[in-house]
Amino acid sequence: MEGGEAMEGGGVTMWARRARAGLRGWGGVAAMAAVCALALAFVLLLPLTQSRGADDAQTGGQGVAEGVHARAEDCKDPQKQTLSPSAADGPTIEAIKNRTGARRKLIVGVDQNSYRWGYRDPNNEGAQLEGFDIDLAHRIAADILGDPDAVQFKAIPTDQRIPAIQDGRVDMVVRTMTISCARIGEVAFSAPYFRTGQQVLAPKSSAITGYDGSLAGKRICTAAGSTAYTTLEEDRRTGRLPASADISTTVPNQLDCLVRLQLGEVDAVVTDGALAASQAAQDPTVELKGKAFTTEFYGVAMKKDADDLVRRVNQTLVDYGRNGWQTSYDTWLSATLGKDSTASKPPAPQYLRTS
Amino acid sequence: MPPTLAPTPTTTPHRTAFAEGLTRLRTAATTEPGRLRIIGAVLAALVLAFGAVTAWQMTDRSAAADDVLHKSQPLSSAAADIYRSLADANTAASSGFLAGGQETKDSRDRYERDIRTAAAGLITAANSSDAGTPAADTIARLNRLLPEYKGLVERARTYNRQGFPVGGAYLRYANEKMQKDMLPAAEDLYKKENQRLAADYADARPYPWPAIALGVAALAALAWAQHRHYRRTHRVLNQGLVAATAATTVVLLWLVVGHSLARASLNDSYDHGVRSLNVLHDARIASLKARGNENLTLVARGAETVKVGGRTYDAYDYDFGKDMDLLGRTLTQARGLADDAGGEQPVTAAVGNMTEWKKRHATARTADEDGFYEQALDKVIGAPGSAGAKGATGECFDSVDANLAKALTHEQGEFQRAAGDGLDAMSGLPVGAAVLALLGAAGALLGIGRRLSEYR
Repeated sequence: MEGGEAMEGGGVTMWARRARAGLRGWGGVAAMAAVCALALAFVLLLPLTQSRGADDAQTGGQGVAEGVHARAEDCKDPQKQTLSPSAADGPTIEAIKNRTGARRKLIVGVDQNSYRWGYRDPNNEGAQLEGFDIDLAHRIAADILGDPDAVQFKAIPTDQRIPAIQDGRVDMVVRTMTISCARIGEVAFSAPYFRTGQQVLAPKSSAITGYDGSLAGKRICTAAGSTAYTTLEEDRRTGRLPASADISTTVPNQLDCLVRLQLGEVDAVVTDGALAASQAAQDPTVELKGKAFTTEFYGVAMKKDADDLVRRVNQTLVDYGRNGWQTSYDTWLSATLGKDSTASKPPAPQYLRTS
Repeated sequence: MPPTLAPTPTTTPHRTAFAEGLTRLRTAATTEPGRLRIIGAVLAALVLAFGAVTAWQMTDRSAAADDVLHKSQPLSSAAADIYRSLADANTAASSGFLAGGQETKDSRDRYERDIRTAAAGLITAANSSDAGTPAADTIARLNRLLPEYKGLVERARTYNRQGFPVGGAYLRYANEKMQKDMLPAAEDLYKKENQRLAADYADARPYPWPAIALGVAALAALAWAQHRHYRRTHRVLNQGLVAATAATTVVLLWLVVGHSLARASLNDSYDHGVRSLNVLHDARIASLKARGNENLTLVARGAETVKVGGRTYDAYDYDFGKDMDLLGRTLTQARGLADDAGGEQPVTAAVGNMTEWKKRHATARTADEDGFYEQALDKVIGAPGSAGAKGATGECFDSVDANLAKALTHEQGEFQRAAGDGLDAMSGLPVGAAVLALLGAAGALLGIGRRLSEYR
């Protein structure tokens, strides 16, 4: 595809050269005019050939990409598309409460590899998961089942979050999951509980300055099925990200990117700022480069038709925002994201979804 | 018989020489001394050919039997050891991760020992593989991957000690390298070494038919010559011919009996040694894979699932089930192949360990599915502080492994004894056949020479 562009470009310049040679006898003005016209045509045509090239490469995914596009255009502020809070029980909550014996637990999909969000401290006696997401899961369990420890954690890779909810393997996913337009078609989200944005992580010695032209020709690692990957793919198509950036390295978990970065298999990592800060906290030789280049909100994801559970979680979040959120932030995140939590606080929730 | 050795008659002078020789032979055959000369030459040539072919064929066979005993079987075992120690090192590393920062001395020692065994096994394998062969390529690849793997595990340990989850990520990466690159390469090496062993067996076992046929032909010719001698002279014994007959008979009997004995011993070493060893190696690998998957079930914590027949299973637990089935099947097979108490006893014990393992595994799974992750962990790698994973599935795995190791040592001994007997049965045969054939040929010539002297 790139070869094709180069050939077309070469054809145009060759034509320009030949035209210039033919016109040499006519004097400077006429020749200059012709060259200017050709240059203009070149500039106007180049983006066209490029976008055609990009489409050719995507023939397989074109339908899907367009579908997401169409929805993304209809959908504005996905974080507001949730149901209003309510503490009433419904069929989903009844089913959870009706679990008997040892199984009377809320099954929550979490991460065990996100430092200070959901992870196992290897030096702790025992194998409990801990972190900001884990605190929230305990709080929701306490509200629904009356016992913060009535939770069964299942670790799930990034790209298994939606299938795990849809297959009913988990009741909900509390796992640094961005509320996005593409996802609200597949699962139901709670109101946002955290604000973050994509950021670039690279070695301190690297020439990469942020999400810009310095990424040209660099290998970038993302988690498979993450919003970071979707963003990079989209931006490379629109030209916001240099086309020469190599985004082919995807891994099951964002933390695996740090491994690849340390082993020199990639040059940069793109993930949510909140998680990128967690990675930087584990390796003093890497740092966040540039500002966040998107704004995203984390939400609790549930089954599409679990309306009662969504309302119940939203109710929990209202209470949690008043009492609990800040404590959990101070415990887990102030070390990596800074003492001031203003930038991370979710906006006042809006409940625009009615059905 | 120089005439028959004349090159193909392509040019006229050769044809003349050949024709001339033929004519001379025909003339010689018309007189009795001439006939006797021809008979003597044919007898001596037959006996010598018999001796030469016997020596050549038996040298080949005893070299192949020697390879079976001293080269290809040890290499096949070394390859199985490489696989085993790599898989065991990986299991020890993942157990260490499950146990958290307080990695026990046991699991650390076990890991180090496994890495050392694997490295030593690779050197043994490299020393006896010819450069440029596929086996040598595989060994070179494993040699390159082993330090890479070890580097990843060491990084994982360092981060674990600092309390950073990126240690777990390194361990996952190391595990991936082991599962996707190293273990398949080691399995490949094991298969290649086994093919080499089978080829050596195939070279050592077939009957030396050309040698036997020549021996029978030489005896028949000697009998005919003596019968002719008797008809013409009414003398019963010609000492030279009798000596030739005796020497040829001894070589033929030695050849047939010696090779049959060697063949029987080699067959025995294959049926009761190699087959048992292969089945036991398979069982050991199955139990290792099962243990690895049991650990990964807890490491992954429900991350991977498979759908089989409409039901969703934990992917690692599903594989664990399959590995245990294979372990059960191979143990049954091994018990069938064991031909004495020394071989049967450890296999029976391993079956008992496996049954207990399955029982404990089921309770660990129930605990995990009920959300009691830490209980499940204790039931698999043992409660913190308890020595040797008492009461956990790890204890059963260790017992299966130890019993299989015992059975392997026993069968290895059986193999060496039987294959050694086979090799001994063939020893001396090539040299003996050559010497006796020379004596036999001399006897034939002397015998005929005595008759010939009567015409002077």
